[in-house]
Amino acid sequence: MLDHLEHLALVDFRNVEGVERLQKAIQFADQLHEVDTEGVEPMDSVLEDRCLYLREDDVTEGNCTKELLKNAREKIEEYFVAPPGNIPLPKLEERETFLQRS
Amino acid sequence: MAAAAAAAARGCERVWRRAWWRGAADAFPAPARAVACNARGGAAPAGESGLASWVPVVGLEIHVQISSNSKLFSGSQVQFAAPPNSLVSFFDASLPGTLPVLNRRCVEAAVMTGLALNCSINKKSLFDRKHYFYADLPAGYQITQQRVPIAVNGSLSYSLCIDNKMSQMVTKTVRIKQIQLEQDSGKSLHDDARSQTLVDLNRAGVGLMEVVTEPDMCCGEEAAAAVRELQLILQTLGSSQAIMAEGQLRVDANVSVHHPGEPYGVRTEVKNINSVRFLAKAVDYEIQRQIEELENGGTILNETRSFDSKLGCTVPMRDKEGKQDYRFMPEPNLPPLILYDAKSLPVNMNHQQVVNIDWIRERLPDLPSVKRAKLVELYGILPEHSFTLLNEDGLAEYFENVIKQTQMKPKKVIGWILNDLLSYLKQHALTVKDSPVSSFLLADLLNLLERREISSSAAKQVLEELWKGEGKTPLKIVKEKKLELIQDQKELEQICQSVIDRQEDEVMAIKVGNQKVLNKLIGLVQRATRGRSNPVLVKQILEKKLSE
Repeated sequence: MLDHLEHLALVDFRNVEGVERLQKAIQFADQLHEVDTEGVEPMDSVLEDRCLYLREDDVTEGNCTKELLKNAREKIEEYFVAPPGNIPLPKLEERETFLQRS
Repeated sequence: MAAAAAAAARGCERVWRRAWWRGAADAFPAPARAVACNARGGAAPAGESGLASWVPVVGLEIHVQISSNSKLFSGSQVQFAAPPNSLVSFFDASLPGTLPVLNRRCVEAAVMTGLALNCSINKKSLFDRKHYFYADLPAGYQITQQRVPIAVNGSLSYSLCIDNKMSQMVTKTVRIKQIQLEQDSGKSLHDDARSQTLVDLNRAGVGLMEVVTEPDMCCGEEAAAAVRELQLILQTLGSSQAIMAEGQLRVDANVSVHHPGEPYGVRTEVKNINSVRFLAKAVDYEIQRQIEELENGGTILNETRSFDSKLGCTVPMRDKEGKQDYRFMPEPNLPPLILYDAKSLPVNMNHQQVVNIDWIRERLPDLPSVKRAKLVELYGILPEHSFTLLNEDGLAEYFENVIKQTQMKPKKVIGWILNDLLSYLKQHALTVKDSPVSSFLLADLLNLLERREISSSAAKQVLEELWKGEGKTPLKIVKEKKLELIQDQKELEQICQSVIDRQEDEVMAIKVGNQKVLNKLIGLVQRATRGRSNPVLVKQILEKKLSE
């Protein structure tokens, strides 16, 4: 499970503290099970009774290439530069992680 | 089991047989040639007994770019081929503190498309986040509609020619599972040489409709025909221009094979298909690949493959590692999307905030199938003609314009449009819009023909001249080239007589009773007059003379 989480969220549970904190977080969330939700529709947004605002199809934004690229560590001719494709997390055996030592 | 029976019931009688005769020149489905899926190939040729048969199953996921001025959740412009990262707002770049605001036009486009595909429109639909990491998805998730999409349970009817002959068409239907609104991602340009990827976010956030079909198709030809019809429908509605070459219509194919009566096989997803023609090739190749793999004792991996158009084959895609966990969650920043109809219309709401399904339904234009039926009914042309007319952008309009300006019957006009005009256009790779021969000029020419001022072969010569686009009228060309029909009876009789005098053998044959030879004489007269003689008249004169 930890391995799966590390792959998905690209988080590194590198030491005992990290894993303990994760355990505590899960325990805290488990308290939700104490509530009886029989027959209650799950709520996915506090906005559920609000009206979803519909915008007119006008062009009102964009044209701020310079500003956007200001934050980029690397850029080439107005393109953002990224590593080639997704670099998958190395297999468990090759990673330096808490799991290795457990 | 039920699915296979359903497939059979839908009339997909094509059965894929073992390729033991693969060496033969006419080996079954060479990917280059799409064979009609519903060929009556039920009976196995002698000597084939004991071979396993396969049922291919094809489903499609079609991403359609919505034709709108601005993006789905932001006000940046939607435009093909603009300077990199110039059409990107802070929201599109996923900068913190930005929120999605839904574009009304995109909602309307999705409703229109759903109605045109006979879907039920969900009056309440929801938005979700689909998480995955990729450089061209700056937020790390895509806003889509996974739980309750905007439209469900529709159908798309399309037509196929049996046995590659235009004259026999059969109608098929593929069920539409759902249509959902979602964001497009940016574009990645892979620079393998320098081991980097260049990212352009101009496309990030553009509105898409994902049309998901049920796996009701069984071969490349069906998939291609269905997509072609969808393209025409979208273009007619105006909800998308659906130009595959510009990435406005992208198709992923899900393919599997199984034996009749057994459960569905493992399916693969085929991506990177850039044209309708390649779609047919890719699907047929993948079906064949899977059959061969299974017959050689191998297994099919549930993987994503990419179509290589140069080699005509599918290859495993390198970036997709194992099964993705998208961690779907509701989009917390967007309340449910509520649509209304005439009955549920709210009284006190600002009408700009209201999308009324019935209002949209009333304003739907005639869909291609309706247009074709009308053309057939109005003008008495054949169904397959109506298909060709609608398949070529602007051709149906051109045809109707010619009809308006000529006395020639539509059934004759259609021949000139489809055989002469269209083949010229194809030869010179021109669209109807760019035709050097306008509907006005063609109608003018056809009128000369109809009034029997020129012959049919002369008309073809005039058309060739008109094609040069020098601006001359048909009448002018006729006069210049002296192509008018000979009206002088005496002159015609003289020419006929001279032909009779020259062709003694043929004359004897006719006198003995071989009437067919008469056509040869008529042809010779035509040649002698350079197409300026009326064949009916010539026949009369010749017959009269020969009976004397």
